[in-house]
Amino acid sequence: MKRLITMLAAAGAALLGGPAFAAGGDELLKQQCSACHALGKPADGGVERLLARKGPDLHYAGAKFNKDWLVAWLQNPTPLRPGGAMIANAVKPGAAGAPDEIDAGKLQPHPKLAAADAAAAAEALLALGTGDGLVTAGAFKGEPVSGAMAALLFNKLRGCASCHSGKPGAGGSSGPELYTAGDRLRPDYVVEYIRNPQKFDPHVWMPRLDLNEADLQKLAGYLMTLKQGAAK
Amino acid sequence: MKSLFIAALLCVATLGAHAADAPPRAVRNYTAYCVQCHGINRDGNGINSRDMAVKPRDHTDSKGMGDTPDETLFKAIKGGGLAVGKSVLMPKWDGVMSDEEITELVAYLRVVSKTTAK
Repeated sequence: MKRLITMLAAAGAALLGGPAFAAGGDELLKQQCSACHALGKPADGGVERLLARKGPDLHYAGAKFNKDWLVAWLQNPTPLRPGGAMIANAVKPGAAGAPDEIDAGKLQPHPKLAAADAAAAAEALLALGTGDGLVTAGAFKGEPVSGAMAALLFNKLRGCASCHSGKPGAGGSSGPELYTAGDRLRPDYVVEYIRNPQKFDPHVWMPRLDLNEADLQKLAGYLMTLKQGAAK
Repeated sequence: MKSLFIAALLCVATLGAHAADAPPRAVRNYTAYCVQCHGINRDGNGINSRDMAVKPRDHTDSKGMGDTPDETLFKAIKGGGLAVGKSVLMPKWDGVMSDEEITELVAYLRVVSKTTAK
C-alpha cells in the first residue's frame, strides 16, 4: 500500500512537473531507471545481454560522469548514442550501396526528469561504483598535450573517429558522441576505459586497442577539451 | 537473392537453430562487432563507413575474399588491420573473441562471400 502511495505521488509529481521524487534518488533510480540500466554489476550475460539491453550500464556512473553535466542532461536528454543502446539493432541498409542508416523508428527517447528529480537522480548515480576499483584516481596525468597531435591521433592514427563523433555531424555513429566528452566524463575514467573497455563492460564493441600510455594520456587530454560550444 | 540469403541466415541466428554452415555464435558476433563498419548487408557499407578514409572490406566480394587465405582473415580479426599490413581502422578484436570464436567467424565469412577455405 505504501508503495502504491509512493508510486501515485511520483506519478502525480511527474504529471504536475512538480516537486521532487518523494522517496529520494535511490528509489527513483530503482523505479524509473532500472528497467533499462544495470544499477549494480550484472551477471555476465555474454553478447546476448548487450544485444538485448535497452540502455548502457550505470553501475560505475559515479566514476564516469560529472555531476553538473548529469543534472542538466537528465532534464534535457540529447542523444549521446546515435543508434541507441545497441547500434546493430537500430541500423537499416542504405539505398543502393549507400552506408547503413539509423532507423529512427527503433529509437526510444530518454525520459526527461524535473529539476529536483534530476538532482536527486544525479546524487544517487554518483554514489554508484565509486568503490569498485575500476578507476584509479590519478590515472589521468593532466600533462599538457599538443592539440594538433592529439587530434591527429583521434581522427587518423588510432581511428577513434571511425566510430565516435568528435564534432557534430562528423565521424562515426556506433560509439557515443565525444564532442561533449569534456563536459560529461571524468578524465580518470576516460583513461581507464580506453585502456580496457571490457573491464567496465564485458563484450562491449569498443575494441581494446592496447595503446601505449603516452597515447592514452594524449587522447584523454584531447577528449577533455571537447566541450559543448568550445572552438573545434 | 543475396538479401534473402542473408535474411535466412539472420533468422537462423534469431531462432538459435543450428545450421551446418552458419554457426549462430558467429552470426551474433558479426552483428555485435562487424556490422558497425561492414554493414547490415556485409558489403562494407556499415553506418561508420560514411566518413572513413579506408572503406571497410566488402565481405560479399567473392573475388577479393576468395583470394584471402583463412590465416589472413584470422590474423586481421584477432590482431587488426595492422597485423596483416592493412588499415589501422580495422581494430584488433582479441579482447572480445576467443580464438575459437574467430575461427568460427572466418568460416562464416566463407558463407557470406560464397568462397571456400584456402
